[in-house]
Amino acid sequence: MTSETADPALEQEFQARIDADDRIEPRDWMPAGYRKTLIRQIAQHAHSEIIGMQPEGNWITRAPSLRRKAILLAKVQDEAGHGLYLYSAAETLGADRDELLDLLHTGRQKYSTIFNYPTVTWADVAAIGWLVDGAAIMNQVPLTRCSYGPYARAMIRVCKEESFHQRQGFEAMTVLAKGTPAQRKMAQDALDRWWWPSLMMFGPNDDASPNSAQSMAWGIKRFSNDELRQRFVDATVPQAEFLGLTVPDPDLRWDEESGHYRFGEIDWDEFFTVMRGDGPCNRQRLQRRVAAHEEGAWVREAAAAHAAKQARRTQEVAA
Amino acid sequence: MTEGSSFTSAGGHGAVPTTDVPVDEGGFPGSQPLWEVFVRSKRGLSHTHAGSLHAPDAHMALRNARDLYTRRQEGVSIWVVRAADVVASSPDEKDAFFDPAGDKPYRHPTFYEVPAEVKNL
Amino acid sequence: MSTTAAVDLDVAQYCLRLGDDALVLAQRLSEWSARSPQLEEDVALMNVALDLLGQARNLLTLAGDREGRGRSEDDLAFLRDETDFVNAQIVELDNGDFGQTMARQLLVSAYHLPLWQALASSADEGLAGIAGKAVKEVAYHLDHARSWLVRLGDGTEESHRRAQAGLDAVWPYAAELFETDELLSGLVERGVAADPARLEPQWRATVEAVLAEATLKVPETTWRPSGGRRGQHTEAFGYLLAEMQHLHRSHPGGRW
Repeated sequence: MTSETADPALEQEFQARIDADDRIEPRDWMPAGYRKTLIRQIAQHAHSEIIGMQPEGNWITRAPSLRRKAILLAKVQDEAGHGLYLYSAAETLGADRDELLDLLHTGRQKYSTIFNYPTVTWADVAAIGWLVDGAAIMNQVPLTRCSYGPYARAMIRVCKEESFHQRQGFEAMTVLAKGTPAQRKMAQDALDRWWWPSLMMFGPNDDASPNSAQSMAWGIKRFSNDELRQRFVDATVPQAEFLGLTVPDPDLRWDEESGHYRFGEIDWDEFFTVMRGDGPCNRQRLQRRVAAHEEGAWVREAAAAHAAKQARRTQEVAA
Repeated sequence: MTEGSSFTSAGGHGAVPTTDVPVDEGGFPGSQPLWEVFVRSKRGLSHTHAGSLHAPDAHMALRNARDLYTRRQEGVSIWVVRAADVVASSPDEKDAFFDPAGDKPYRHPTFYEVPAEVKNL
Repeated sequence: MSTTAAVDLDVAQYCLRLGDDALVLAQRLSEWSARSPQLEEDVALMNVALDLLGQARNLLTLAGDREGRGRSEDDLAFLRDETDFVNAQIVELDNGDFGQTMARQLLVSAYHLPLWQALASSADEGLAGIAGKAVKEVAYHLDHARSWLVRLGDGTEESHRRAQAGLDAVWPYAAELFETDELLSGLVERGVAADPARLEPQWRATVEAVLAEATLKVPETTWRPSGGRRGQHTEAFGYLLAEMQHLHRSHPGGRW
């Protein structure tokens, strides 16, 4: 792998590529830290996609119309696909998917905190499409210009599909918010529960995120946590107003001078609690994921055994 | 992991730790082979590399590739190649560990049974 | 009631049979979401579920048209009671393990393919229209089920055992797919419906070839459960419907 005593010329060439907004491709020399950071980020992004199938998939069998059922099925299928694109990108860096999954299953690699919250009503599914996918898009669009080629290309694919998801979520939310009193109440309740966790998706404040600077220098991270969070709030509050729903933040106000919304303090205790593994659904999400993997082992083994048998048969015929 | 660890918002759904997170282990037994996928989305174009996937054999690799990389289109042509069969050469890439005459497409430590310095494998 | 209207009601009922088959099977397959043996299978199974759901929506919409009472696809899916669902029982069976799911998929898809091939020339334009896309989709479903059953049957000892057990569990329910009654005979005569007597040999040939390749035994049983087409279902069905319909029914007149 990469030598610790790297040729400074290689480092310079690498950084020059980054600074010129050129792409780093799999066979390029790269600092060990760059490779590790990317594997970690891409893998955890992939894990988030596949864990994210659970809270959303929770409502496929109970969707209130056939059209919504179809949309949700397609969305969850897309998420599995996104996970696969991302594992594939991570593998170009020398990781192996089985290893990455094992790191997820044993809790050593993580996934986004947002998926540790329960989807207890249909409106939660709409809220996830509107808020969670909305926030994800804020992160993902800049990643289409990430310095690492395979990751950037995977993100282009992902972004094309993700904008559809957000529109569908907002559409579903609109129908609820303009619907019966019971539906409006369901919509407001979902917003009450998903607003703050969505803001937490952007990570801690910039002054509490020391590693961001290196990621930015490497072209992996393009905007700071706070910048992205502010963008999200500015885009989303008017959408809530259109829906006639109330954002659950008494400190939220439009600041004419700066041209941005000012918002209240995030409960970082909650964030760290969920990150630590004590959120409402952490154990359940991981258990389900591990169970699917373990219960499917006999299937994977059968496929491998069959392939081996076929290979032997082909050899015997050729002989 | 402590409150002092850093997190990033940068990966998609964000809010994941950036410290104390392992990125790989030693070799993993029983995995399904990796395949590279090339797709020609319509006549007149050529096949381009779409990504990779795991499958136990060629038939399943083609099926999986169709499901994953062409979900939205009909009439596409797909090639799948075992990643292990791809030989790569890109003279621009300067890496002391690779033989510029031709080698594997990815810097995959567990791709190799022996250290990368040994050639002609 | 004129003769034309009577024929339309029969066509509506036939569409409901096909539509309920597709809807209920789509519902069962979606239970595999985030539970499949590998991610590629989550994608593949959701694909099959989506195809079947699409067919169901087309068929239920057509049924509503032919019925002439103004019932929409959602009215039919969410507001009918158990005894008005006319799917064959095979599609409502629990998924079991992946082997059983693939065995059931083989039996159903091997029936769907000749069915939709025949319906491509149905005297009912609506059915013929749906057939065009459906034929391609079910050919793919059949290949998927076949691929897996061969790998499971001719894989490891454990996978062989599980595949055989799954096949044994679902096999008795296949016969219902080829039953006939007055309604169906009438529609066959008019060139609207596919003749089950013609579908069966093709089904059998396909299934036996796959099972041979999979080194699985064709189950022998004299038990032939039946009743789905008459609205008589298994105990599992009530739970499936309750889950599927509850939210919609909780908000009468709600738009989604």
